[in-house]
Parts: sequence; C-alpha cells; structure tokens
Amino acid sequence: MELSGAEITVRCLQEEGVDYVFGYPGGAVLFIYDELFKQDKVKHILVRHEQGAIHAADGYSRSTEKIGVALVTSGPGVTNAVTGIATAYMDSIPLVIITGQVPTHAIGLDAFQECDTVGITRPCVKHNFLVKDVKDLAVTIKKAFYIATTGRPGPVVVDIPKDVTSAMTEFDYPKSIALRSYNPVLKGHAGQIKKAIQILNQAKRPMVYTGGGVILGNASGELAQLVRALGFPCTNTLMGLGAYPATDRQFLGMPGMHGTYEANMAMQHCDVLLAIGARFDDRVIGNPKHFFEEPRTIIHVDIDPSSISKRVKVDVPIVGNVREVLQEMIRQLQASKEKPDPAELKAWWKQIELWRSRDCLKYDRAAKIIKPQSVVEKLYELTKGDAFVTSDVGQHQMWAAQFYKFNKPRRWINSGGLGTMGFGLPAAVGVQLAHPKSPVVCVTGEASIQMCIQELSTCKQYHLPIKIVNLNNRYMGMVRQWQEFFHGNRYSESYMDALPDFVKLAESYGHIGMRIEKPEDVEGALKEALARKKDLVFMDFITDQTENVFPMVPGGKGLSEMILV
Amino acid sequence: MRHIISVLLENEAGALSRVAGLFSARGYNIESLTVAPTEDASLSRMTLVTTGSDEVIEQITKQLNKLIEVVKVVDLSEGDHIERELMLVKVRAIGKDREEMKRMADIFRGRIIGVTDKDYIIELTGTGSKLDAFLSAIDRSAIVETVRTGASGIGRGDRVLKI
Repeated sequence: MELSGAEITVRCLQEEGVDYVFGYPGGAVLFIYDELFKQDKVKHILVRHEQGAIHAADGYSRSTEKIGVALVTSGPGVTNAVTGIATAYMDSIPLVIITGQVPTHAIGLDAFQECDTVGITRPCVKHNFLVKDVKDLAVTIKKAFYIATTGRPGPVVVDIPKDVTSAMTEFDYPKSIALRSYNPVLKGHAGQIKKAIQILNQAKRPMVYTGGGVILGNASGELAQLVRALGFPCTNTLMGLGAYPATDRQFLGMPGMHGTYEANMAMQHCDVLLAIGARFDDRVIGNPKHFFEEPRTIIHVDIDPSSISKRVKVDVPIVGNVREVLQEMIRQLQASKEKPDPAELKAWWKQIELWRSRDCLKYDRAAKIIKPQSVVEKLYELTKGDAFVTSDVGQHQMWAAQFYKFNKPRRWINSGGLGTMGFGLPAAVGVQLAHPKSPVVCVTGEASIQMCIQELSTCKQYHLPIKIVNLNNRYMGMVRQWQEFFHGNRYSESYMDALPDFVKLAESYGHIGMRIEKPEDVEGALKEALARKKDLVFMDFITDQTENVFPMVPGGKGLSEMILV
Repeated sequence: MRHIISVLLENEAGALSRVAGLFSARGYNIESLTVAPTEDASLSRMTLVTTGSDEVIEQITKQLNKLIEVVKVVDLSEGDHIERELMLVKVRAIGKDREEMKRMADIFRGRIIGVTDKDYIIELTGTGSKLDAFLSAIDRSAIVETVRTGASGIGRGDRVLKI
C-alpha cells in the first residue's frame, strides 16, 4: 500500500520507538502534523519557540540514553532552531531534527518561508539531508537516526519539502543500514591499550581527566571501576560531571577556568594524564603553552580521532568507544603483574590533600544577604544529590557545577560547549517528560531565564512540575565579574534593568511564584517548593550582587595561575 | 609545507560544499581544489592543495575523514606521486610574435588548440611550477587570458586510492 511522505515520516518515528517529538507547526509541515494528529504512539509537545523545541529534545536525550527528536517548519522555524542545533552539536548530543521545506519546485525562488536549511545548518550538524524524492524518505530518516546515535553522536537534520510529504510511495523501513563512507571505530587498538597500561603502572603523579564522552558513552560504571582499581585521583569536566561520584574521596572536583584548586594543580603537575572522552578545551586547560611547561605523558581515549592532538599533543592516542576501551583497560590491568609504586602514589596523594585543604570553594556562610552558593548547596542537601539539574549559562551554572555533587551520570544537563543562555528551562521540559516522577530543577539567573521564558507556557500545558531556582543578582553575573576583573569595574550594559516581577510572571503563566530575600528563608522555600510535586514553582532568590565565582583561571593564563578567594 | 590531498567522496549534491565549508570554518588554506566523478559514477574524486604545519595537516585529514560523505582520504605528499595541472592560455600572436609563441609552446610541450588571426590558445599540462615557468618565459604583455584547473594527483605504483 502506498503512503504519503507525511505518513511515512511519522511511521519512521514510530519504528524508531520515538515517544516524544518536540515541535511547532507551520505551513511546510502541515501534512506531517495532520498525520501526527491521526495517531497516538508519538506524542507531540508543543513548545512556544523553535529554539525551545531543540533544547527540550536535547534535554530529553541528555537525561536518558535515547535520541531526541524535534519537528519544525521551514524558514524562520529553522533559523529559530539553529541555536538549539548548534548547542547540541557542540556537546555531541544525538538528535534528529525534521524540518519542513518549501515544495521542490519552489526551492531557490525565494519562496515564502524559504531558507537554505541544509546550507544554514551545515556547520552545526553532524550531517544533514534534503529529501527530494519521497522514495528516498524512509531510508534517509533511517540514515539520520543511525548517524546521529553512532560514533561521536550529534544532531542530524532531515529537510523535507512539502510536496515530498504529500507524494505517495510504498513504505518499507529498513531494519539496519550500512554506509560505506561512515564506519565509526569501536574497539580500541589493543597494542595502544597495552602501552597505556604500562605507562599508568609506572606513573608517579597520575591524574584521570574525563569529559562528556564518558557520559555519552555510558561508561561511568567502567570509569569508577578503573579509577578505584588504580587508586588515582579523578576529575570530571563540566560536561563530564556525574561520570565519577562527586562525593568519592578520589574525586577532585571539576578542572578548568572555574575548577577546583586541587583539580587544576593536579592537572598541571601530574606526570601521567589519562584523558577519557574529553577534548582539552580552552576552558579546561587554559593556555596550552603554559600547560606544557611541565612535561607529562598523555594518554587520550576518544571516539573521534579529530579530538586527539587537536589542541594538545598526545603521546598515546586510543581511538574507540570509551566503554569498550575502558573494559579492555580494566581487563589488562587485572592481568598485569606490575602495580604503581605505592610510596610514590602516597606522596602524590599527600600533596593533593594539601591542595584540597586550601578549601578553594569557601564563601561567607554567615552573610546577611543570600549567597548564591548556599542556595545550590541547600538544594543538593534537600534533594540528596539525586535531582536532575539543568542550568543556563553564567555564574549560576558554575556554582551549580561546583556545589551540586553529582554522583550519577545524566543528572547534570547544561550547555557546556556553545554556552547557550536560555537552555535551562526548555531542556528541563525534555528532562521532566523523560522522568515524570523525578525532581527536575532548573538553576538559572534572571538574565538567562528571560531568553526562553516563554516555555513556562509549555510547562503549564503539559503539567511539568519543574522547580526553577532563579539566582537573581540583577546582573549578567559572569559578564559583570569579567568587567570587574578585567575592565576596570566598567559595568557596560551588564545591569539587568527593568526586570519583571518574577513571582507575578510565574503566576500569570499559571504557576507558583516565590520571592526569597533572606538567607534564613532559603531552606524553607526550597523544601516547600520540592514538596509541591505537581506544581511548577518559580523561586526568585534575591542574591548578593557582588559575589564572584572562584577559583578563576583568567583567559590566556595557565591552570596553576588561579585567582583564589 | 605544501600538501596535496586526494579525497574520495560520495557523488552527492552538497558534498563539495561540506569540504569547502570545513576549510573556511576551521581556517585552513586551500590553494586549489578540483573535483569530478570517477569511473564509478557514485564517487567523486577531489584533489586539494593546501599548506600548513604537520599538526594542521593532521587535523585536515582527520576532519575530512569525519565528513559523512567522505569515503577515503590520502595525503599524496607522504609518498611517491604524480601531479598534473592543465592550463589554457590565450596569447596575442601577431606578426613575428606568432612564430615566437609557437616555438615557446613547443619548448614547453604545449599544444596550440585555437587559432585566430590575432591570437593562439595554448594548452599546457604539467606541475604547477612548470605552468608558472611558461607564463614567466613568454612576454607578459602577450597574455590575454589564462585559466588553470588546479592540481590533480595520483599515487605511483601500489599507492591506490580506491574502495
């Protein structure tokens, strides 16, 4: 039986086991929406802006092991989605984004709501397709799901012209697919792994540094096993938090620009660095020249060869699926007779404990005004570290990363690579739908939250009991901090004037709003909000305007050149 | 260092723009780029001439390999290879210049493939530096127009780029 392209699209999503599609209708996707209407396997979540659709699909994916799916219309639907797509691309999140396009005969004629979707999204997708013939539709969607989820994951766009959605053809969804030009490596090179184990066994001042790859590769169990077996210190990047239990003694906190003193000092002074699913990004190692002032042997495990020796020259590259490589490393480690010298390791730990005793995250706990750190700390205590925490971008994001101790993977959902303000709330929409019974908290600031505030309406429509922790310091805090440190206290355009009354704003969307102005009210407010299991509660915490994020490695400086409190 | 890189890629719409986009987005140099389908119509073969440090060239080959439509990448400069470029030059050929131009074309083993009473079109094949040499050997003011294809390259002997 012949089906229309629109029906084929929806059937493909069903075949892929997609439960939620985040989207917004428009002219070019009307046939697809008509088919969505006629079925109930794939549930559609109507967002209020296409950027929100992509972030929601993204949050859904980050908090599960599944792919996120979004559906937007042509032209402005696509351009609005671009920020979301670029966000997912930078953090390697598997998404399939179906975009409507003007009919094939109108392409290139500057038709109404036409844009070159493949051209616009090309630099920020893993791959994209324009489907010109309905006969290619099913196989293209299959390819999109395959490419998005395998190898180093990423977003894939499938652009479907309107006439393709109305054209008819036989539907045959391929069970599997093989592409001659795309064969991701899975197993790491056994010889390289052997070499790595030898180096690890001879290390005197070792350090394990892991990134988002361990989360995306679902390898946190293996990581913990390896790190414990080795007895080495471990740090997780912003993207990798939760891969290794944050409350474990061997965990040194996050490295980088706002990393802990102990993590950065250990990164700088180690003699062997085992990097796993991390990419030595500028916010993590600071100035690469300074980083190399001290010699160290670097072992780098990554699924993407182009991530290896990109910013930092690596001694032992291991290309492969993180989980498979770690399993092999554990196996070889158990079989090896050699062990790291316990006396050297003991001396190294002694040094690390000395660095740790610097207590680099201390802040004024007796302050008369709410310290933003204290809110996150209290949130951590009350949720016992088991909430899903999304964030936006800026100071609040760093405090959330520093003070919420993530013991499990996929609990910390933030835009690390692109640094997209406006990510937190829509991402929380996707997270809450994926985990309806779990507490989902969006830690945000008064500047970021306003970038996608319209999604409060989506939250109302689908009864999503998200808890919003708004750390309101009336400034774009991180911009203000840089202006204070590096621009002579000239706070150019970073003051958030004319703020809305967030309590009333939340109420007008049908939610509960709370304003918290005193330190002694923080705990009670959080408790009350968390107890409201069915309601979205917007907590507007009026915090210290002058608080800064410490430690800080200024841009262009080396990891050990931190500004400390 | 100058490198000549061969790329085998799916002969699909947009594949070329992915390569060109990659180079501009990551700030890599392209000296020349030439592409055409192979004997297997589903595949195109591209020859890229680029310059960069060893680290940059390593990144270029890795990033090219990362493109979904790229089947294989070979840095021809890593081994023995042959490189050729085609140039068409329209030169002024009047009076005694006519004989001189013919002689120069012969010396460089070029062929005259177009003749009018005022000009010749000379076809010349060789490495880029040979083509450069021809242009500097003839009277500059005689050059009316030139067009060059950019380099194509192929490995010698057992060095084969095929699927």
